[in-house]
Amino acid sequence: MTNQVVLNTHKRLSKDELSVNILGIVLIGIFALICVIPFYLIIIASFTSETSLIRNGYPLLPSFKDFSLDSYKLSLKNPVAILKAYGTTIGVTAVGTFLSVFLATMTGYVLSRKDFPWRNKFAFFYFFTTLFNGGLVPWYLLCVRYLNFKNNIVGLILPLMFSVWNMIIAKSFMSGLPMEITESAKIDGANDLVIFARLIIPLSKPLIATLSLFAALAYWNDWYNCMLYITDENMFTLQYYLQRILGSAEAMRIVAEKSGIALPSIPIESMKMSMTVIATGPIVLLYPFVQRYFVKGLTIGAVKG
Amino acid sequence: MEKTRTKTPFLKVLRRHWLLLLMLLPSLIYVIIFSYVPMTGIILAFKKYQYAGGIYFSPWNGLNNFKALLISGKLGMVTRNTLLYNIAFITLGVLFEMGSAILLNEIISKFFKKFTQSLMFLPYFISWVVAGAIMYNIFNYEKGVFNHVITALGGKAFDLYNTPSAWIIVIIFLKIWKQTGYGSVVYLAAITGLDQEMFEAASIDGASAWQKIRYLTIPSLMPTMMILVLLGIGNIFRGDFGLFYQTVRSSALLQPTTDVIDTYVFRLLIDNGDIGVSAAASLYQSVLCFVTIMISNALVKKANPDYALY
Repeated sequence: MTNQVVLNTHKRLSKDELSVNILGIVLIGIFALICVIPFYLIIIASFTSETSLIRNGYPLLPSFKDFSLDSYKLSLKNPVAILKAYGTTIGVTAVGTFLSVFLATMTGYVLSRKDFPWRNKFAFFYFFTTLFNGGLVPWYLLCVRYLNFKNNIVGLILPLMFSVWNMIIAKSFMSGLPMEITESAKIDGANDLVIFARLIIPLSKPLIATLSLFAALAYWNDWYNCMLYITDENMFTLQYYLQRILGSAEAMRIVAEKSGIALPSIPIESMKMSMTVIATGPIVLLYPFVQRYFVKGLTIGAVKG
Repeated sequence: MEKTRTKTPFLKVLRRHWLLLLMLLPSLIYVIIFSYVPMTGIILAFKKYQYAGGIYFSPWNGLNNFKALLISGKLGMVTRNTLLYNIAFITLGVLFEMGSAILLNEIISKFFKKFTQSLMFLPYFISWVVAGAIMYNIFNYEKGVFNHVITALGGKAFDLYNTPSAWIIVIIFLKIWKQTGYGSVVYLAAITGLDQEMFEAASIDGASAWQKIRYLTIPSLMPTMMILVLLGIGNIFRGDFGLFYQTVRSSALLQPTTDVIDTYVFRLLIDNGDIGVSAAASLYQSVLCFVTIMISNALVKKANPDYALY
């Protein structure tokens, strides 16, 4: 990517390069706009007064006249439910991301070791699970009946803890590291675990940044496991809480109960939007920190090798 | 697959690499519990599930679950929907992701490139729940922005939630919207890894920008594309549950165009509590997926072994 830029700035653009650039800027520009407009709509709707929303619907343009912080104020007036959902989500995301990156990199490293004769057999043992699976029903019964996931925080962490894809990304990345690192450390008497923790991990920053982002996104955005296993309102994750708020009738009941405000005065339409902002915000802010590692860390390789 | 030069005896490997094996142990236990044990649970498809008997000790039921599944008459419809949506996702996905990666690579302005790439990545960061909120904001009949604009322009308000056919476009659009930013980075990573001298040599020989894209960039992206397409084909009978569940919100009216195998299995299990029949539907789906990926990988392997997945 960068090479291209350096090359091209030396000389004047030829006609065809110019046309590719114009086409690129137009098409990419349009697509990028389409990607961002819905976020803009949600944000301005969350700052619009309820009366305006009911009268005019969700706005296309922001207006000072109808500006209102009511929905955010109400969310913060009795923030217990939101704070609890934040707490659950942040805790599950932090623990889950750590465990998930640890498992993916450790497994990926072992399978990337060219001196380990069984690496292909094991790789296929993992990979096979993506080709065939028992489906939802046996999985659900296992989790509920035998592993006791109902209203158990473990039920939010374990299902997303190991991803074969992340492991394959780790394996591809680590196969690209020079084998001499492992070999010379072995001669110096270091064991495999020490080599992994002290030498390989520090060399794998782009990989770890990428995998952490994937894992954090999976945990932060999880509503599915919460829907399957959690019935206790105190353990809801943010996304599941939002899902319930979006179903209007349900939302009114929750808000009225938690804040003691009479039903008709609840700004339900703007609350739907402010809750969306509240549930999405933090994870989007993570992106700039990992962006520079992204292209390097994301090499998709084959299972064999 | 095996490349062992001299056959290494079992015990010798065990003695030399016991620590590596120990490092594999946690994830091995994980896949055994969460993937291999549930695989044995497919026998439920042939059982009459009883709570006391659990997965393994409930009485056998022959093919009755499958019969019930066929009688329901929905299997054909959900299979067709799943298949057609995935074909659209795969083909349009390749087009949009590869296309935007190539264009991004050609764009000279570094700022524009970085900025638009970040914007394109935004949809990938949100959950399907948030996507559902966006759908509500835009397409709600009375309050949605879409109808706002349509009526302001003198058109007639459009009720998406009563128009099953329109969902085909909406669902495909949503999927492409959410996936393109991520997918284009995968292709962009592949482009960055290409030999730059090849492009310089082509320029010296007088190749135009379009010719370089056509004869150098696109062919070099084929291995990446094949991996992604094969992965897509392996899941061609699996619906993206979140996408359908959170946006359609279990509306019976919309089922003819929006019900996929996964939402159907989920309804059978959670809403109806019909464990035997949903297990049968699940098994049907798993077998379809397995057969498709086996055949397509074998075909690709025969044509070009480098492109095969395994």
